Amino acid sequence: MPEATRKIQVQCQINGQAVTLDAYPMARLLDVLREQAGLTGTKEGCGEGECGACAVELDGALVNSCLVPFAQANGTTIRTIEGVADHGRLAAVQQAFLTYGGAQCGICTPGMILAAVNLLARNAQPTETEIREGLAGNLCRCTGYTKIFESVLEACRATRTLA
Amino acid sequence: MCFAANLKQVRYNRTKSGTALHSRYRTMTTEHQPTELQQIGKSIPRKEGRGKVTGSARYVDDLTFPDMIYGVTVRSSASRGKILGIHFDKQIPWDQFTIVMAKDIPGKNCVALLIEDQPCLADEIVNHPEEAVVLLAHPDKYLLEVARQGVRIETETLPAIYTIEDSLSRKQVIWGDDNIFKSYHMEKGNVDSAWDTAHFIVEGEYETGAQEQLYIEPQGMIARADPAEGVAVWGSLQCPYYVHKALVRLFGLPKEQIRVVQTETGGGFGGKEEYPSMIAGHAALLAWKSGKAVKIIYDRAEDMVATTKRHPSLTRHRTAVTRAGKLMAMEIDFTIDGGAYETLSPVVLSRGTIHAAGPYECPNVRIRSRAVATNAPPHGAFRGFGAPQSVFALERHLDRVAGVVGISPEELRRRNFIQQGQTLAFGQVVHERVDMHHLLDRALELSGYHEKQKQFQEDNLRSSIKRGIGFASFLHGAGFTGSGEEYLASEALIKVTRDGQVCVLAGSTEMGQGTNTVFAQIAAEALALECEQIEILQPDTALVPNSGPTVASRTTMIVGKLVESAALTVKQLLLERSLLKEPYSAKEFSSACRQYIENFGALESLVKYQHPKDLHWDDGKYQGDAYGAYAWAVYVAEVSVDTRTAEVRVQDFVAVQEVGKVINPVLAAGQIEGGVAQGIGFALYENVVWQEGRMINGQMTNYIMPTSMDIPPIHVFFEELPYSRGPAGAKGIGELPLDGTAPAIANAIAHATGVDIRQIPITPEKLIDMLESVHA
Amino acid sequence: MRSYVPGYEMQAPRSLAETLERMAREPGLWKPFAGGTDLMVLLEAGKLAHKNFLSVWKLRELRGIETTPEYVTLGAVTSYSEIRRHELLACEFPLLCRAAAETGSIATQNRGTIGGNIANASPAADSPPALLVYDAELELVSASGTRWLPYQSFWKGYKQIELRNDELIRAIRLPRGKNGWVHFYRKVGTRRAQAISKVCFAGAARMEARRIADVRIALGSVAPTVLRAVETEKMLRGEQLTPTIAQAAQESLAREITPIDDMRSTARYRLRVSQNLLAEFCERIAA
Repeated sequence: MPEATRKIQVQCQINGQAVTLDAYPMARLLDVLREQAGLTGTKEGCGEGECGACAVELDGALVNSCLVPFAQANGTTIRTIEGVADHGRLAAVQQAFLTYGGAQCGICTPGMILAAVNLLARNAQPTETEIREGLAGNLCRCTGYTKIFESVLEACRATRTLA
Repeated sequence: MCFAANLKQVRYNRTKSGTALHSRYRTMTTEHQPTELQQIGKSIPRKEGRGKVTGSARYVDDLTFPDMIYGVTVRSSASRGKILGIHFDKQIPWDQFTIVMAKDIPGKNCVALLIEDQPCLADEIVNHPEEAVVLLAHPDKYLLEVARQGVRIETETLPAIYTIEDSLSRKQVIWGDDNIFKSYHMEKGNVDSAWDTAHFIVEGEYETGAQEQLYIEPQGMIARADPAEGVAVWGSLQCPYYVHKALVRLFGLPKEQIRVVQTETGGGFGGKEEYPSMIAGHAALLAWKSGKAVKIIYDRAEDMVATTKRHPSLTRHRTAVTRAGKLMAMEIDFTIDGGAYETLSPVVLSRGTIHAAGPYECPNVRIRSRAVATNAPPHGAFRGFGAPQSVFALERHLDRVAGVVGISPEELRRRNFIQQGQTLAFGQVVHERVDMHHLLDRALELSGYHEKQKQFQEDNLRSSIKRGIGFASFLHGAGFTGSGEEYLASEALIKVTRDGQVCVLAGSTEMGQGTNTVFAQIAAEALALECEQIEILQPDTALVPNSGPTVASRTTMIVGKLVESAALTVKQLLLERSLLKEPYSAKEFSSACRQYIENFGALESLVKYQHPKDLHWDDGKYQGDAYGAYAWAVYVAEVSVDTRTAEVRVQDFVAVQEVGKVINPVLAAGQIEGGVAQGIGFALYENVVWQEGRMINGQMTNYIMPTSMDIPPIHVFFEELPYSRGPAGAKGIGELPLDGTAPAIANAIAHATGVDIRQIPITPEKLIDMLESVHA
Repeated sequence: MRSYVPGYEMQAPRSLAETLERMAREPGLWKPFAGGTDLMVLLEAGKLAHKNFLSVWKLRELRGIETTPEYVTLGAVTSYSEIRRHELLACEFPLLCRAAAETGSIATQNRGTIGGNIANASPAADSPPALLVYDAELELVSASGTRWLPYQSFWKGYKQIELRNDELIRAIRLPRGKNGWVHFYRKVGTRRAQAISKVCFAGAARMEARRIADVRIALGSVAPTVLRAVETEKMLRGEQLTPTIAQAAQESLAREITPIDDMRSTARYRLRVSQNLLAEFCERIAA
């Protein structure tokens, strides 16, 4: 059998909690989140950075966690889908997906919601075109995207009304 | 002629900084509604939605069982050959691994479906690339991958065939006596009498390519197996009882010792109709031999190259028309490529054959069709199931026929649309109300078809970007063909707890299309309760009855009706015993349930499908009432073609359909939008690149499905002419959008550029040459 | 996941000096690893031959965009997102920003770096044609020193680059002064987003009245390396843009590029489209 390198320890923040994780240096962050950290909300759809189902926020930036080696997660702040709701209170985008049909089979939904909240953090009132561009890295096979755009726009409207 | 129907409209507002999408559903009721519906017709949020938006929904790869190990599949690289030996790399400590080969199979080495020709593990012969030969399991996923690469399957290659042409010509006979899985011959009237008197005869040949279902969640299964206790599997699947039947055969165990549980499923579209029986068998065999729970999850590359795809097709049309464009005769030859084993090809062929002549009245029709074998991984179910293939050919052909006759595509359809009381090509008299003229009127009006046609023709003269608009008119039968539903004999069960919690037990699966929510709405409506009081049980063959497979646009229409009947029966049981009086509150209902159970025992109702006595289908002649109900539709596509790069963009899309009753507007529109997107992929982007029977572009980077930037605004409109046998009048809609999308786009491209499209996908590489020929 | 992940090593030196020192001490053993958007895909596919990596993602010496009157210099570990957001780049080097916006998705742009992209040396990459048009120069560093190389000389062949195994790319320098030029970029991919390019065209021209005073043309995905169409440039330089000249340029281009058939597209398509994009470029600069 081939030689194995040693596992390493990494310290990071996940969804607001300080965590120490243990894995091989080139293990995919996706696998470490799902297996060692027990956060199965982040999904694998393609393993090649195309579908966005594995998207998480790494130091505030949207990244495909299947393409991030574990060693580079050291000292970072990570948010996964489990960190989007606030103690059980759904974020506007999550609520909108429920009301407006943004989720069908749900497998792309965690990554899609991360992409949407990340977009809205940078641009609170995007146009439909900007939403299309912002979500272009997240593939959905069920919805044809239409109700995803509607959900995001409705989430913006809800947020605007509150403000 | 024209009659009012409920209209659902989506409206868009445009703002200065771009298009802000703002949707609002409005019901315009012009027909009197007999009773006010409380649940049906409302966009109740998806029942299992919260788990999906918070990441707590558990798909098969999210599950871990104690003592669980991982499994992988070693596959053939040869397309066809005799297995001479299986060699295991000596460097690998094989004693640590569980190894399964064909000889380890306790029952019959087959994946039981319609027949038993497909082995679960190849034994002496390999018939397609990526055919499964050896299974391995180990606790360490990484070592397992090393081991997979350390198994070499030595084959002596046999000559293989890869095309429909080679299969028909019997260049090699690779299946049965003649490579033909199934053939059909359908006759109406006397086709041969028409040619001599026809004013025009138009011929054409049309092709469609393979299409990968590309559910974002790859195939996966977890199995436990034990000679004493039996076999249990959990996984991503559409048809628990198909898997059940296959495992019974594979293990030679009694039915009660096999259990199949559906986990939250991340998309299916038919790709998880029959294939899960294979992967479940594999996981179970490893579990059987190792004594441990075994999880097999395919990575995307394996899923793409080894599992089923839409059947490629070749259709030939020969059509006789009068001077005025009235159809006199249609002779259709339809062939689909089934890959190396039969699987579901006869049924795909059946649906494709029946839909081949469309929603038109033609006195003389001949359809000859066949499904043939090639050395590719077997092709299988994909939303539409044969109809997208034959409807593409028909709708493209009819636009060409119109051109020959010298009338517009619209006029050609109008002169031939089927009317109530007339007979479809396969001999079914259309008893239900249908008004294709009205649907066409609406679709053309909503899309601005006539104005745009004129506008584009002018603008195109001055631009290198050519714009076009085209449509397709079509129908889609819901449910299993002919006597299929009778044969399935589906059942649904409702059980009520003493607290009045209503449980729906059915084998129908939720995979995003909305089964859970629609069933809850139907049951809630029947029982005058809120949806929260209705629980839909996770499909588990140990607990739920066989409701038939979740396919064929049948779940709402057929199984939903069973759910409705079961719910009404439960209500009846309470009313009969005077435990309840209408109208009642939820509290009164719960109290009545408690009393019933305390005094009379279990409160439940099992309903079995009853085939309508007035539906008759002749399997021998392939004629008669093919489906209980049809959805009818007209789709309009607007495209732009950049002549510099031959890139096609769909700019706008209008989908108008009559569907009986919309149970849940958001879910229903979602089905159409998603289906249109898949149809856009089918037409323009999704190209399987084959090399000796193997898909070589099996990555998402190279197999192109549309992104959010590739999909146009999709405008969905429903009309409702209630179907008496559907729950609240609903018909099936799941597959419908796959039929009309690609031909509407092809017709639009033809309009934009003058190019005579005969083949999909219409890749820029193919189109650029065709554009140059047109300009030459 | 088709690789034996435990067989791969990654370490994170704390400085550029430490990184170079280790690369010099064990030549060929260590390769730099930036955002990983190319290398991790190879790992997943079981095709990452190299096993030992030094993460340079956090090295300050490789980050940042500096501006002087003569140059804009980008650290090798500058992400595509950072390029897109940079106002001066958007203003003076719009093709680079266009290329960055068309690379992968936002998630890829957040992790993909200009240096990593150059080192990966794919002939289908989106930024290299823009870099060639802008006369980019690369700073290559090792423990034994620094050297500058025109990006145009960086390739030796398909996926072979002029980089010693103890060197890494430290910076990319773009000489300023092309603001008055007409810039044109078009990537033709498999779809509108997240697409590998079938043909990628970058061009810029300085016009004096109706004459092409100077011009740069670079293409991707039509040869084993990204290339500057120097012969076609020579042909156009100093000329008035007439239909005859434009036609001759297209013929010249056909002689300079060597597109192939692959699973994504065909040689014929790539050739026709390259010529059509050149025609579009000519129309743009003539206007």
